[in-house]
Amino acid sequence: MIVESGHYALILACTLSLVQGIFPLYGALTGRGRLMRLSAPTAYGQFFFVSIAFGALMYAFIVSDFSVVNVAKNSHTLKPMLYKVSATWGNHEGSILLWALILALYGAAVAFFGRKLPKTLYVKVLSIQALIGLGFYLFLLLTSNPFERLYPFPMEGSGLNPLLQDPGLAFHPPLLYLGYVGLSVTFSFAVGALIEGRVDAAWARWVRPWTLLAWCFLTAGITLGSWWAYYELGWGGWWFWDPVENASFMPWLVATALLHSAIVVEKRDTLKAWTILLAIIAFSFSLLGTFIVRSGVLTSVHAFATDPERGVFILAFLFLVIGGSLLLFALRADKLQAGGLFAPISRESMLVINNLLLSVAAMVVMFGTLYPLLRDALTGDKITVGPPFFNLAFGFLMIPLLLVMGLGPSASWKRADLAGIVSRLGFVFATSLVAALAFFYMLGGGEIMAAVWLGLGLWLMAATFYEWADRVKLFKVNAMKRIRRQPRASVGMSFGHLGLAIAVLGMAGSSYWGTEQQKIMAYGDEINIGGYDVNFRDTNGIIGPNYTAVRGAFDIRKNGKIVATLEPEARLFSTPPMPTTEAAIYSTLMGDLFIVIGEANNKTYDQWAVRLYYKPLQTWLWGGVVVMVFGGFISLSDRRFRMGAAKKKIN
Amino acid sequence: MRVFLSITLFIFITFAVHAVGVDEKQLADPASEIRAQEIMKKLRCLVCQNQSIVDSDAPLAKDLREIVRERITAGDTDEEVLFFMTKRYGVWVLLKPPFDRTTIILWLSPVLLLLIGFFVIYRNQSQRKSLAVSPPLNKEEEKRLRVLLDERADD
Amino acid sequence: MKKFIPFAIFCFISLALFTGLSLNPGNIPSELINDPIPEFSLPIVGGESLGFSSTDVKAEEEVIIINFFASWCAPCYVEHPFLMELKNQGYKIYGISYKDKARDTNRFIKEQGNPYYKIAADEDGRVAINFGVYGVPETYVIQDGIIRYKHAGPIHEMDFEDKFLPIIKRMGE
Repeated sequence: MIVESGHYALILACTLSLVQGIFPLYGALTGRGRLMRLSAPTAYGQFFFVSIAFGALMYAFIVSDFSVVNVAKNSHTLKPMLYKVSATWGNHEGSILLWALILALYGAAVAFFGRKLPKTLYVKVLSIQALIGLGFYLFLLLTSNPFERLYPFPMEGSGLNPLLQDPGLAFHPPLLYLGYVGLSVTFSFAVGALIEGRVDAAWARWVRPWTLLAWCFLTAGITLGSWWAYYELGWGGWWFWDPVENASFMPWLVATALLHSAIVVEKRDTLKAWTILLAIIAFSFSLLGTFIVRSGVLTSVHAFATDPERGVFILAFLFLVIGGSLLLFALRADKLQAGGLFAPISRESMLVINNLLLSVAAMVVMFGTLYPLLRDALTGDKITVGPPFFNLAFGFLMIPLLLVMGLGPSASWKRADLAGIVSRLGFVFATSLVAALAFFYMLGGGEIMAAVWLGLGLWLMAATFYEWADRVKLFKVNAMKRIRRQPRASVGMSFGHLGLAIAVLGMAGSSYWGTEQQKIMAYGDEINIGGYDVNFRDTNGIIGPNYTAVRGAFDIRKNGKIVATLEPEARLFSTPPMPTTEAAIYSTLMGDLFIVIGEANNKTYDQWAVRLYYKPLQTWLWGGVVVMVFGGFISLSDRRFRMGAAKKKIN
Repeated sequence: MRVFLSITLFIFITFAVHAVGVDEKQLADPASEIRAQEIMKKLRCLVCQNQSIVDSDAPLAKDLREIVRERITAGDTDEEVLFFMTKRYGVWVLLKPPFDRTTIILWLSPVLLLLIGFFVIYRNQSQRKSLAVSPPLNKEEEKRLRVLLDERADD
Repeated sequence: MKKFIPFAIFCFISLALFTGLSLNPGNIPSELINDPIPEFSLPIVGGESLGFSSTDVKAEEEVIIINFFASWCAPCYVEHPFLMELKNQGYKIYGISYKDKARDTNRFIKEQGNPYYKIAADEDGRVAINFGVYGVPETYVIQDGIIRYKHAGPIHEMDFEDKFLPIIKRMGE
């Protein structure tokens, strides 16, 4: 009954989105106030009904109702409760339902927080949001119904992929989707503005917090996935440039560019058409990412031949939404008048370079990801574009970006004084260069690129700090007062840039100075890695709720003293039968010691396959991202970003 | 993220994946072993996504690792080992696409896109400079602008 | 006009994605098409004596099929009935059991029937690698010792009609 109610609620939400998408928009275009007033209630109603639908599906998972196909395929009674809940979105149908839920959540949030928006823009934004929702509801109801029943039903489900049974991954999709879908708001604002035919500083001020919110979630979501890959897959890597990762990275790059170009629109009333285009592209990449992941066009072997209608549906939807908005852009963009001019050396031009580099990076990632497919479609040749290409091409673009990032905040709007910047920051640059070289030799040298990245990280860190110190006049009287009075948005910017600097140092450390050993180890064997002596003590058998495992015990000594005992596990899940590894990691500020245990090498079970990694500064990478997201939220709390703040004063 | 792959992959290729692949027989000479590992990092695990044979535990990846070590012991140069693989599996087996006539667009794409971008920016800027200043604001716009400017904090 | 560029690029990408939907990224054409088969000589299943060798295959005057299979491979069970049908239609299929235990291979053949003209065992999988095999089942069409076609994955009747037959017919001319 509950499941059927969920299905029914989904149909109601679909209908409401149709009403919300069409009537208020028509009202706004023809000036009928009564129709326009439908906007908000339908947005709330839609969110209410999708929540019921989602709740019903979650309920079916919690009580293990195997008469629902989706539950039978993806759950199991023995699974811990957390993973029963997360299984709701750990499958195709459920994850699309989660998409729809979050989309409706954002719709309701815009309806609520955007009440002070100009009425016609408000209605248009909500209608566009609803029309995107409509596409997802139809996709669910027509091709991927999560509530489909099964008869006769099995007594037991076939279980969830054990790799998904991990706290990191349980929360990865909701966070990632909060980011992906958050960009839909920016998109709706952009399309709304195109229909209105005007973009101004106020528009940018309304859009920035939504973009920032989406950016924060997207950053957190991507990193959570990367962190999961790092400790769960046990390969010692944290980014593999595979199509699914790239699909989430492309919208992030564009969203980051958008974050910066919206500032230019707000402060200087220029770059309008470009910002609108970025807003459209950012969400397009979200949809494209969903298409790539969900259709299996790049990732799977033949998954698609079995169910072509899903892929065709998403592609058609993609074409309508993206193609339609880009066409609208082409027709209407000329209406957006460009504002203030700026000199080649100015804050604006630095932000333009930032935008150029980030969007080229996004394009290159897209080109590299799709290249094998393009090539295959055009010539039938098969080719692999793997991590070496992305590392080279992406790295090439990031070097100038990091350089400019250090300069940008110190440059003034309109026309900056190049000589002044150089004289102030030249010293900072020289110092970070020297420091980088010193560290480089201390760490025993290596590839020259390692020194370059180290230098860029230090440069960005020092320049960010210098700019902040300069801004608050750190060494003059009453500095504390000025520090406290800094606008939250600029404090957030400093944290954001600082976080990236820390993360860059982490990347350089773990990529260039990481060491790795693969050994067959017998009990009592000792290995030295990263300055630690690792002693393999023994193994124990473990019985978990739905798996059995072998747990190794490794004593970690530094200078003869035991600092930790690491207990990596090799698990064998029962349903579905699948082995996984649980790495054990000893993290310090200086780096991670990472141990993975595999299978026994002999019949007496006292020799085991073991992989050990030492990843210097790995913790900095994760910590840096935390600082970045923290900066984002600080910026978000700026009072100027509170919805309608600007509007109130105008009235 | 990669988990979606693991789910959708291997529809017809049945291979046990995901275990810790540690090869028993590493090369006795540490320098050769390091060379072998470097070559392995360049080779794609055929049944995985964008993953090198070093990182994979698929039995086929293990066989290919063995072959790499054998070829090195037999005195092959790095190029010869890679050629051995491409002869059987095509350039598809190389994680780094070769730089040749057919991939030149791919490899030069960052530079080309940057140049195009710079060109567009340059043209836009010089065009805008030559154009007259945008039409003056109407009264309402001016009022709003003033409010915004008043309120604007340095950022 | 230049405002249409993003739209144009997007159209191009969607077109590629649409074509991509019908492509199979896992299906890698063999590098060895129109090359002679690699030299090999494999024993019978569970024995020392010769199963068959590349010389045997090269000596064949008709078009023959080499099929790599294993008892541990689920899709091989899917494919098997069709191989039986091919045998009944008079095709000569050489079977190579890939990385399989002799006992399991024999049980597989006993339970599922034997579509093969000859069976050999490739226990360490090295011959398969020389053929460019990356999974089982994989099937090769050979004429005069030259590889003419390779199919990865189970052969369905449709595959055979669409892909194998045109090639076999062309070779017959």
